[in-house]
Amino acid sequence: MSTAHTASTVTQTGKAARSNKAETQGMDYLQSLPRRWVTVYIPLLLFVFVLLFPFYWMAITAFKPDAELLSQSGNPFWIVAPTLAHFKKLIFNTPYPEWMWNTVLVSTVATFTSLAASVFAAYAIERLRFQGAKQVGLGIFLAYLIPPSILFIPLAAIVFKLGLFDTRWALILTYPTFLIPFCTWLLMGYFRSIPYELEECALIDGATRWQILVKIILPLAVPGLISAGIFAFTLSWNEFIYALTFVSSSEIKTVPVGVVTELIEGDVYHWGALMAGALLGSLPVAVVYSFFVEYYVSGMTGAVKE
Amino acid sequence: MLSRFFNNRNSLGLLFMLPTAVLLLVFLTYPLGLGVWLGFTDTKIGGSGKFIGLANYAYLIGDSLAQLSLFNTVFYTVLASVLKFALGLWLALLLNKNLPFKSFFRAVVLLPWIVPTALSALAFWWLYDAQFSVISWVLTKMGLIHRYIDFLGDPWNARLSTVAANVWRGVPFVAISLLAGLQTISPSLYEAAAIDGATPLQQFRFITLPLLTPIIAVVMTFSVLFTFTDFQLIYVLTRGGPLNATHLMATLSFQRAIPGGSLGEGAALATMMIPFLLAAIMFSYFGLQRRGWQQGGDK
Repeated sequence: MSTAHTASTVTQTGKAARSNKAETQGMDYLQSLPRRWVTVYIPLLLFVFVLLFPFYWMAITAFKPDAELLSQSGNPFWIVAPTLAHFKKLIFNTPYPEWMWNTVLVSTVATFTSLAASVFAAYAIERLRFQGAKQVGLGIFLAYLIPPSILFIPLAAIVFKLGLFDTRWALILTYPTFLIPFCTWLLMGYFRSIPYELEECALIDGATRWQILVKIILPLAVPGLISAGIFAFTLSWNEFIYALTFVSSSEIKTVPVGVVTELIEGDVYHWGALMAGALLGSLPVAVVYSFFVEYYVSGMTGAVKE
Repeated sequence: MLSRFFNNRNSLGLLFMLPTAVLLLVFLTYPLGLGVWLGFTDTKIGGSGKFIGLANYAYLIGDSLAQLSLFNTVFYTVLASVLKFALGLWLALLLNKNLPFKSFFRAVVLLPWIVPTALSALAFWWLYDAQFSVISWVLTKMGLIHRYIDFLGDPWNARLSTVAANVWRGVPFVAISLLAGLQTISPSLYEAAAIDGATPLQQFRFITLPLLTPIIAVVMTFSVLFTFTDFQLIYVLTRGGPLNATHLMATLSFQRAIPGGSLGEGAALATMMIPFLLAAIMFSYFGLQRRGWQQGGDK
């Protein structure tokens, strides 16, 4: 969750980085190859191995037949007879497809609502500079620092009072509380990088503020919007505590909550199905991520401005 | 008249802020106040409570489980943050080297941070299984241990195992953020230092570290903030067990408030986290104040 902020601070020093890109070689060539293997490649490969191993394990478990999962002999790192039985069970015998649909629905609606609200807010704070804009900007940043785990109890009371308990609306309306501060903060940094002169020219030519926002700022801010959008989507997809607290019926749960609360039954764990559920639930964000890696990394590090 | 309204910065600003303001006031500011208020009442789920002053706090301070959860939270936060910082900085330094497939490594490293924590925690749960853990399997085959490790069944094992999972999830964020900071440091500084005879260690100590300090401060504040209030990892891995050894303040307040039904007590417990968070935010605020030389004389 904690990126927009670093984003903006990192960019302040971003200028220096750009000028260095041309001459990045540095002094690495002074190191001999064997030395580089010991100090760089081997530790790096170890890091990558540890960071990726749980995913490998998730995947291999999902395709393993139960007999192989529970046998103590044989090599646990490989599958002798891969099977789709766990996926079949997941899709036909559990409400998993419904959880998937809920997660997609809630994440999409919450993301677009938050993005729309954030564009206006960020433009107002950064460019309209209304009285008190600075304080509001600071407030947005502070709002971003409030973790959901201290808000969920009073929010549960509010959700209950509004009659939203156990509905998708409870999630769609509460997710923006962490999405809007994040997106606004990220977009404020982005808008700041768009030259004022463009707006001044448009003002002189008689454009209204609305026209400026729609025809000048937004087209220029598309990469920033994509960054904010995919981050917001990932954050809502991964959200857990609100979805756990505000929803109790199986058919409106989201994937993370559904898998954790409903696929674990009794003392015998169906590891195959559990891992298949975890794998399928991780896949959409991983796919979105792989398409937009550059936006992700730049959104995270604030290089959006480059 | 209308067009004037739409071109006035204050009225238009107000209009543009409206959706954000309404959502945040209703679902963020108000609950924050309500949470503090609930902490002073004996509200139960589905009912209204009455003001009972500091009774919740008095009870919680004397409650051995609440004390244990505070200890666990501090232990979890401190150990996980130190490890995340050390490993994250190391990984950032490695990624900052001139590597083949640089962007591939950068992309792959972030994966643990992208995937839903609840789901990757399930993978860890399976990895930590007392009977079928592959970690135990490998260690046994290597002849290092003779009995499978009970990762989540023993209090200290469970504490360390949850910290390990948290570090696994948090390192990518720290590493990628610090990498961005490292890339802003001019290589000419290192060249100059090398010509003056500085060793790599001295270069790290007197160039890298000071120039990275502001970013380290911010990144670590976030890391501390979100580790301190962590919920899902513990909820999935141990639900606070064994013997409440891994209950954090967040998981305990959930347990007291939602399954336990005592909203007031849970809210008081959640409110007790706020002073710690404020301390972290103050730290961030002062960490943000860059000194002139750190900006490289730019601005």
